[in-house]
Amino acid sequence: MSAIAEPNAVSVATGRFTPLQRLLHWLMAIGILSMLFIGVGMVSTVSQAHLTLVSIHKPLGIALLLLVILRVGVRLSRGAPALPADLPEPMKLAARLSHVVLYALMIAMPLIGWAMLSAADYPVTLWSGFNLPPIVSPSRELHAALWNAHRTLAFVLFALVLLHLAAALFHALVRRDGVFQQMAGGRS
Amino acid sequence: MLVSLAAIALVVGGSAAAFAYTAGWLSPGRLTPDKVVDAFAPPGGPALGHRRNHAKGICFTGFFEANGAGAELSRAKVFEAGRYPIVGRFNFGTPDPHAPDASARVRGFSVRIQTPDGQEWRSAMISAPFFPVSTPQDFYQLLKLLAAKDPEQVKAFAGAHPRFAAFGAWTKSAPWTGSYAEERYNGLNSFIFTDAGGKDHAVRWSLIPEATPTPAPAEELAKRGPDFLEQEIAQRIAAAPARWKLVVTVAGPGDPAADPSQPWPEGRRTVEAGTLVADKVEQEVDGPCRDVNFDPTVLPDGIRTSDDPFPAARSAAYAVSFDRRTAEAKNYGAQ
Ligand code: HEM
Ligand code: HEM
Ligand code: HEM
Repeated sequence: MSAIAEPNAVSVATGRFTPLQRLLHWLMAIGILSMLFIGVGMVSTVSQAHLTLVSIHKPLGIALLLLVILRVGVRLSRGAPALPADLPEPMKLAARLSHVVLYALMIAMPLIGWAMLSAADYPVTLWSGFNLPPIVSPSRELHAALWNAHRTLAFVLFALVLLHLAAALFHALVRRDGVFQQMAGGRS
Repeated sequence: MLVSLAAIALVVGGSAAAFAYTAGWLSPGRLTPDKVVDAFAPPGGPALGHRRNHAKGICFTGFFEANGAGAELSRAKVFEAGRYPIVGRFNFGTPDPHAPDASARVRGFSVRIQTPDGQEWRSAMISAPFFPVSTPQDFYQLLKLLAAKDPEQVKAFAGAHPRFAAFGAWTKSAPWTGSYAEERYNGLNSFIFTDAGGKDHAVRWSLIPEATPTPAPAEELAKRGPDFLEQEIAQRIAAAPARWKLVVTVAGPGDPAADPSQPWPEGRRTVEAGTLVADKVEQEVDGPCRDVNFDPTVLPDGIRTSDDPFPAARSAAYAVSFDRRTAEAKNYGAQ
């Protein structure tokens, strides 16, 4: 992704992600983690919590879709700070690739959720009285495929987030190379 | 360095463990919708591609003619005087899509009403006047007991759960009819209606048939063909639409709104909100109800769930049943 950024982009020049980028990253990190926990929680209980969690899962997921669209726009215009020069090339590649996949999943997951409900012919209710329009026609085959994708990709996303978390902490605690501060702020 | 690595392992491992806990993987005792749905399966396994309960049914379409009276209880569009299209399904409680219709003791009526504001109301009702148990947990326990086919244990359950015993009495004493059109269907679960002024009302609802019920002895029904209910309703509606009055009953103070096994006392205020009209019957195979999940928590603004624990449990279980049957589409009708 960083290849897309102009050399003179703001975050490249400052060596930090811009405050807006950092705000979006941390807001969405909380949001995505919540979605993952809410998702597996809501499908594993028949208690009243099921309905409560579902009623959070849908609007929060759509809110995250709006945020990620904004975030990608900001990223394309503001760029990203360079990774440390001494970071081995394979690790740089892994970082870039994993970030691209994280972005892809942040866009795909809510769209798949929305499409899955559309294919099931459920109203896509965000709150009482407000429904989104369907984005695909009802179809049991399509529903089954989207359901599988939503579930499988949710687990892929969670695994990747764990890896990402481990890497961030590795930069912060072991390498102490300033990568963590690029996103967290503070002195490197 | 080692301390740092250990700290990282702890954070990552802890997150994974919290996730596993939330997903129920560390709590074998948690009642999950998957377990509930599994419990419906007959010994030979479920009929793939079909509903896991109320598996046998036939689709219909028609309309709901609201008379406007329901608007005093709920601001939902569906109660404003007018005609709203419906898709529905006549069905009965069985995991077997080919069960003989003479075994249809608990008959069901599922309906989806759509209003021009893009909202909808789904409901799945049954002919029984009350539910056999008070909680989804008891229902699960009952399903397991019935599957185990141990009469002693079922007797013990009935002893400890008097409403189940009462339900057993209903199945024996209630007259049978020869038609889906002659049944009364009850929503049983309670919901909250909110009126235009913002005031809440705890309610239940029922469909009262316009056709006069003609009792037909069970032995006599057993002699009709295996699909007599479906044939009868198709012929009847081809000749003339079938109708039911939608009657909403308002809870009195202290009525057990959270327990569908307890009927409310006679004489509660009722509001007749309109008439449901079924004017076309279609086979389920390619019918408009086949791929609908009549999830009772799909509600328009002006109706919401109450502290009755069943709609949440039903929503979770119906979704699992729907997820499975849509994934098995190629098996539909194969058995
Ligand atoms: C960032 C976005 C999202 C994430 C991370 C996410 C995550 C999850 C997870 C982890 C599950 C549980 C899967 C399982 O264990 O079977 C789930 C289920 C579900 N999600 Fe999402 N989700 C997202 C967005 C959405 C959106 C936007 C919608 C709808 C508008 C949605 C609708 C659903 C539904 C209906 C289920 C239950 C499916 C079923 O089993 O019937 N999700 N989601
Ligand atoms: C659901 C959770 C998360 C998601 C989806 C996520 C996603 C991302 C993405 C896509 C980037 C790349 C930014 C870019 O180049 O435009 C990034 C960077 C970063 N994230 Fe996360 N993140 C999550 C959670 C976390 C957590 C929990 C931490 C730390 C404890 C963290 C620390 C970082 C750091 C330090 C960077 C900067 C890396 C660099 O400078 O290249 N993230 N994150
Ligand atoms: C915890 C309690 C209950 C459980 C676990 C349960 C489970 C199920 C399941 C798994 C289905 C198949 C859903 C599908 O694949 O679309 C179903 C259908 C149905 N249930 Fe229930 N049920 C419960 C309570 C009730 C109650 C209280 C009523 C009536 C008041 C009811 C009436 C029906 C009807 C009429 C259908 C057929 C729906 C259709 O035509 O699609 N159920 N039930």
